Amino acid sequence: MRETRDVKRLGPYVILVMLLAACFSLATVLQERVSDWSRRGESDNVLKVLLGDGRRLFADQFFVQADVSFHSGYYPSIFDQARAPKDTSHLTAREGEPAAEEHEKQMSFLGPPRDWIERFGRHFMVTEHTHLQGSHESEILPWLKLAAELDPQKIETYTVAAYWLRDLGKVKEAERFLREGLLSNPDSYDILFELGRLYYESNHDSAHARKVWDLALRRWSEQETAGKKPDVLKLAQIAVNLSRLEEVEGDLARAIQLLELAQKGSPHPEALQERIDELKQKLATQPAAAAPGSR
Amino acid sequence: MKTILAIASVVIMELYRRKDFYVLFVLTAVITLVMGSVSFFNDTRMVRYVKDIALLLIWVSALVIAIATTARQIPAERENRTIFPLLAKPVTRWQVILGKFAGCWLACGMALIVLYLFFVVVSGTREHHWPLLNYCQALWLQWVMLGVVVAFVLLGSVVFSSTASNATISFIVVLGILFLGRYLNQVALQQTEPVKTLVYGLYFLIPHLEWYDVRDRLIYDQNLVGWVDCWLATLYAILYMAVFLLGAWLVFRRKPLNL
Repeated sequence: MRETRDVKRLGPYVILVMLLAACFSLATVLQERVSDWSRRGESDNVLKVLLGDGRRLFADQFFVQADVSFHSGYYPSIFDQARAPKDTSHLTAREGEPAAEEHEKQMSFLGPPRDWIERFGRHFMVTEHTHLQGSHESEILPWLKLAAELDPQKIETYTVAAYWLRDLGKVKEAERFLREGLLSNPDSYDILFELGRLYYESNHDSAHARKVWDLALRRWSEQETAGKKPDVLKLAQIAVNLSRLEEVEGDLARAIQLLELAQKGSPHPEALQERIDELKQKLATQPAAAAPGSR
Repeated sequence: MKTILAIASVVIMELYRRKDFYVLFVLTAVITLVMGSVSFFNDTRMVRYVKDIALLLIWVSALVIAIATTARQIPAERENRTIFPLLAKPVTRWQVILGKFAGCWLACGMALIVLYLFFVVVSGTREHHWPLLNYCQALWLQWVMLGVVVAFVLLGSVVFSSTASNATISFIVVLGILFLGRYLNQVALQQTEPVKTLVYGLYFLIPHLEWYDVRDRLIYDQNLVGWVDCWLATLYAILYMAVFLLGAWLVFRRKPLNL
C-alpha cells in the first residue's frame, strides 16, 4: 500500500525526467537538420532573420550614425539635407584634399540664427565642425560594423571601415573586413581597389596589389559591358595606381595604356596627359638605351 | 505644503511598488551591457557607441516613466473613487494637482538618478575619465524637461477621458517637439501666408524641449553648457510648468468627479 503511494507521488517527477531526456535526445538529432529545413543558410545572422529586408533602412541609419560620430555630433538634419554631404568621400579625405575642401563648404549648413529661440537653442547643441582625431577615430567603426551586419551589400561600409582600420594600424582586421565584403559582393571593384591599396600601401606587396587591381579593372569593365554605368572616377583611380606599378615594373607601354584609360574618368585629364607624354618620351628613349648593350 | 508632500509621497511609493521602472531599468542595463561587451575589430577603446545607446535608452525610459506614471494619476483616483475621501480631508483641488505633479516629478528624478548612476559607472569604467559635472548638468536639464512633460500630461489627464488616449497624445506631442520643434521656423519660412504665420506662431508657442537634450555633448566630450544658459533654460521650463499646472487646475476645479 505504501509502495503504491510512493510510486504515485514520484510518478510525475519520473515522467518529467523522461520528457526532459526525450527533449534532449531529440534536440541532439534535430539540431543539425533544422538548418537544412529552412532556406536560411549559415550566412544569415539573427538580425537578418528578425528584420528581413527592413534591415537595410537600419543599415543606412547606422552608416549615417558613423558619419555623425565622425563629426562629433555636428551633422545636418533632414531639413538641412540639401546642404548635407552627398557622398562618403569626406570620410576618407585628408585636410587640404579637394574632397575635404568641398566638404567644409557643405558642412557650413547652420547659417546665422533666425530668431532668439534658435540663437538660444544653439548653446545646447554641438555647433562646431570638427573631425575625429587620434585614438578617437576608431569610434566610427562599431557603427560601420553594425551597418555591414545589417546590409552586407552596402559597399561603402567596407571601404570606409577598411580605410580607418588601416589608419589605426589594424591592417589584418581591415583585410579580413574587406574579404568579408568581397564574399558578399564578389563583383565589387571598389572593395578590390581598397584591398589593392591595403596590399600596396600597408603591406608593401606590389605583386599582390597588381593582381587585385587587375581584377578590379576587369570587374569594372564587366559592369560597363553589362550597361551598369560603373563609377568612372573609380576607374581613374584603379588605372592610375595600376599604371604606377606597371611603370615600376618597366612595362611602360601598359602604363601609358592605363593612363589613357584613366583619362576617361579623371577630373584632371590634362595632368594625366602630361604624364603620358613623359612616359612616351621615356619609352622612345628605351630602345636607344638598350641598343648599345645589344650590339 | 505638508498636504502636497503627503500626496507626492504616495505617488513616489507607487513608483517603487509598480514594476514599470524595474523593467525599464533592467532592459536599459541588459541592452547597454550586451552592446558594451561586443568587441569590434579587437578594439576595446571604443566607448561612444555604448554611451550613445545607453543615453538613448535612458531618455526613452525616462519619458515612458514620466508619461505613464502621470497619465494614470487623476483618472485612477476617479475610477477607484479614492478622490472623494482625498478631497474630504480637506484637500483642495489645487493641492491635489500640485501634489500629483510634485510626486511624479520627484519620482522621475529618482529614476533618473538611478539610470544616470548606471550610465556613469558603465562609461567611466570604459573611458577611464569621469566628467561628473557634465553628467550632473545633463541630468538636471533632463529632469527639468521632464517637469514640463509631467505638467503637460497632468493637464491632459483632466482634459482627456481615458488614460490611454492621454498617454498616446502626450507621447506624440513630446516626440514631435523633440524631433521637429527646432525646425518649425525653417518649415514656416517655406510656406505661404497664412500657414507661415500659423507655423511660426506654433514655433514660439511650444515649449522647446529639444534644448534640454544635451546627449551629444556628453557622448562627444564637449564642454559644459554655460551655467547662465542652463539657469535660463530652467526658468523657461518653470514658466511652462506653471502654465500647464494652472491650466490643469482651471479644468479640474470645475470638473465633475463622477465618471
